[in-house]
Amino acid sequence: MASENKISRRAFLVTGSAAGAALVLGFYIHREYGSHEAEGQGFRPNAWIRITPDDNITVLVEIPEMGQGPRTVDTMMLAEELEADVSKIRVEQAPVIPATYQNLSTGGSGGTQDAWGYMRKVGAQAREMLIAAAAQQWQVPKQECRAENSTVIHQPSGRHLSYGVLVETASKLPVPKVEDIPLKQPKDFKLIGKALPRVDVPDKVNGSAIFGIDVRIPEMLFAVIARCPYFGGKLQSLDASAAKSTPGVRAVFAVEPIGFLLKLDVNPNVAGGVAVVADSTWAAIQGRKALKITWDKGPNADENTVSIRKKMLAGATAEPTVVYVNQGDALQVLQKSSRRIEATYEMPFQAHATMEPMNTTVHVHRGGIEVWSPTQIGAILQEEIAALAGIPPDKVTVHMMYCGGSFGRRYQWDYAAEAWQVAREVSRPVQLLWTREDDMQRDFYRPYSYHRLAGAWDEHGNIAAWSHRIVSTPIRPVFDQPEKLTPQRVARQERGGSDLMPYGARNFRVDFVPVESAVPRAWWRSVADSFNGLAMECFVDELAHAAGKDPYEFRLRLVREDRKVPQTRQGAGDPALDTRRFREVLKLAAEKSGWGKKMPVGYGRGIACRYTFGSYIAHVAEVSVDNDGNVRVHRMVCAVDPGLAVNPDGVKAMVEGGTNYALTQVLQGEITIKDTSVEQSNFDGYQVLRMNYAPDIEVYVAPTGAEMGGMGETAVSGTAPAVANAVFAATGKRVRRLPIDPAPLAGSKA
Amino acid sequence: MAHYELSVNNKMHDADVEPETPLLWVLRDTLNLTGTKYGCGLGLCGACTVHLDRQAVRACQTPVKSVGTKKITTIEGLGAGGIHPVQQAWIDEQVPQCGYCQSGQIMQASAFLAQNPHPSIDDINAVMAGNICRCATYQRIRRAIQRTASANG
Repeated sequence: MASENKISRRAFLVTGSAAGAALVLGFYIHREYGSHEAEGQGFRPNAWIRITPDDNITVLVEIPEMGQGPRTVDTMMLAEELEADVSKIRVEQAPVIPATYQNLSTGGSGGTQDAWGYMRKVGAQAREMLIAAAAQQWQVPKQECRAENSTVIHQPSGRHLSYGVLVETASKLPVPKVEDIPLKQPKDFKLIGKALPRVDVPDKVNGSAIFGIDVRIPEMLFAVIARCPYFGGKLQSLDASAAKSTPGVRAVFAVEPIGFLLKLDVNPNVAGGVAVVADSTWAAIQGRKALKITWDKGPNADENTVSIRKKMLAGATAEPTVVYVNQGDALQVLQKSSRRIEATYEMPFQAHATMEPMNTTVHVHRGGIEVWSPTQIGAILQEEIAALAGIPPDKVTVHMMYCGGSFGRRYQWDYAAEAWQVAREVSRPVQLLWTREDDMQRDFYRPYSYHRLAGAWDEHGNIAAWSHRIVSTPIRPVFDQPEKLTPQRVARQERGGSDLMPYGARNFRVDFVPVESAVPRAWWRSVADSFNGLAMECFVDELAHAAGKDPYEFRLRLVREDRKVPQTRQGAGDPALDTRRFREVLKLAAEKSGWGKKMPVGYGRGIACRYTFGSYIAHVAEVSVDNDGNVRVHRMVCAVDPGLAVNPDGVKAMVEGGTNYALTQVLQGEITIKDTSVEQSNFDGYQVLRMNYAPDIEVYVAPTGAEMGGMGETAVSGTAPAVANAVFAATGKRVRRLPIDPAPLAGSKA
Repeated sequence: MAHYELSVNNKMHDADVEPETPLLWVLRDTLNLTGTKYGCGLGLCGACTVHLDRQAVRACQTPVKSVGTKKITTIEGLGAGGIHPVQQAWIDEQVPQCGYCQSGQIMQASAFLAQNPHPSIDDINAVMAGNICRCATYQRIRRAIQRTASANG
């Protein structure tokens, strides 16, 4: 499921087809490790390292920094093999040169796993050359030398030379093939597995980190766009006279929506509207306020949350368009079973609401196009802007800026395309800013979903049958050419996290019904796992209760044997689910949380366990519910096995952040639709988790040394079900819909 | 358009802007001090927090005409040539992820700690609830504030 997201998210833009998996692997095979860069001072053994005579080392990191920490973790990998003095390392974003760098676009929690494949190798390559350079200077065999802390040491004599001194000699040596250089064994790691301070933190506490929104170029102008608030609607009439006379406003013009174009396989979903260009952001905003616009609401004017919900409920009993998994005969077993329950769960649209709203700065000039963007898809952005403008990609220079959060939003490039639309109309660089309102009302939302599950158990407490109907407003139709949309294609993104059964249900079925909607949808941190995790882990809790078992003991018993549960999706990149690793995190979280200890009236503990994005994670939530039904989460205990934790503190940070991020959808956050537009416009309407509701979070990182999994999205999936199950423990009432509605819980302390 | 002389980080700056322009945009677009961030424009998220005569204010809700001779401190000037203890605590606790909201978090926390050097957890939660972090580094922010408070002796 990790790679379901990882590969398909990348592949859909890179290749537009399911063949992307092979291409992604191909990156490693065709990567140019030996490219000598002639220009500039110092030693450049490859495209990732520069060492200067003053011993300073520059590391170029490809994966965009959105908060997930690639600049630190990638540098750790490289420095481990380079035997570098980390205090002398400076880290830069690698330039967008896709022929050299193949991980300039990232998603699916795959960044660290991708970098693991090459950052150590390029570090080792440089180290071997530096050792060879020292050996040559000393006229001794290479084998007598070793590297440590940016120094080469001649073992027998104790002589040593710093990397800076060796730069000139090393630069003249042949570049060895990376395949010929053995990498370190884990027992020899000095950095990997230790906590290294994040390299980007100093700049992020003194205001000097430059995010996309902070780009300042001489002569630049600032712009905002008035977009049609109705999905599928368009501009009907415009009176720009008052806007044009607003102080500071330079230009007002309409910009067209951009859908599929001949050269663009993927729909960029650019809304269109009216651009206001001014001397400052504030002047542009004032100018926009003065626009007199009437909008044509378009063909979807009647769509609202109630109408979408109606279709969701109908989908729960409709014929499925796709059966994801059908092992045994769940439907028949369920029909015959006397020990069976059913349950439904519903989760609405969610916004990404990154703290830095969407923005991009573009300069269209005679030599080409220069783009400064907070994006997670630098290489794709370059290709697509070039296609839009009808020029070769190498004429588009893309600067990948620090991203003020992404959570999947910056996998879309609509805002960069808009910035280009505006910039080509003026001769100066222009920064297009989305206000918070723009950002919240023109997001690509986490799909709405509705789940109907049925399960049966036998007299021993084994799950005899499990059936899961997923109804959702799917992601793919938002981006894919309509003629490509087979039922399988439509259903592609919504199965994640639903199709692997850790609990040994002999008869196991998951199927899908799509619901059409004009509301744009896309990948939201953990994608389908953000809803399927709730459905699965709440329902297994309901089965435990129905079978009269403790929910932890019930789960533990079902995974007590070591089994490998194979992936059910063809081409899934992640290994089979390992019940041993699943069991270990489950046990660890339960033990650390004090599972089974009595809690006061109105309090409850809930558990959930997930294999998600290639990593294993268990959550135990402690909640209280007051007389009015208000839920408070007090403590979250998390046990995580990422296989290998390159930077354990980074893993902790991702688990803390992912858990909190998920609490927004549990406690407060909801995007609702009226007249095919979003009702929430800022942080008053869309309530996100704040400090006063943030629980204590304990994270236990327990890597088993198995294949590395992802971490950026891992903690989201199990958070909601752990809390919902804890609410049941506190009140005896099941959560059927997120965010949790206090009303049905009022006066129900268990 | 009106002319303003603003004291920012102990330096005088000239700005010719509309009187209603929020201080946020004067700092960012006119003075190129981009450490102060835009997050919501309505005083709901705290990303734009700066100090006016040592009081934490939301720069997006502060028209430039209301500033007068008050001393403005932004994240760029908080350390006054060095590093402020709150910034150091942020480093020690490894708080930032994306980092976008952290200027506002640090400006809010530093003004708060100056007035209340030994806050309780409830005090911290109440005051810092005005600052949103979508990476949700709240637990580390809490620890960093407590760390600074205990260093206050």
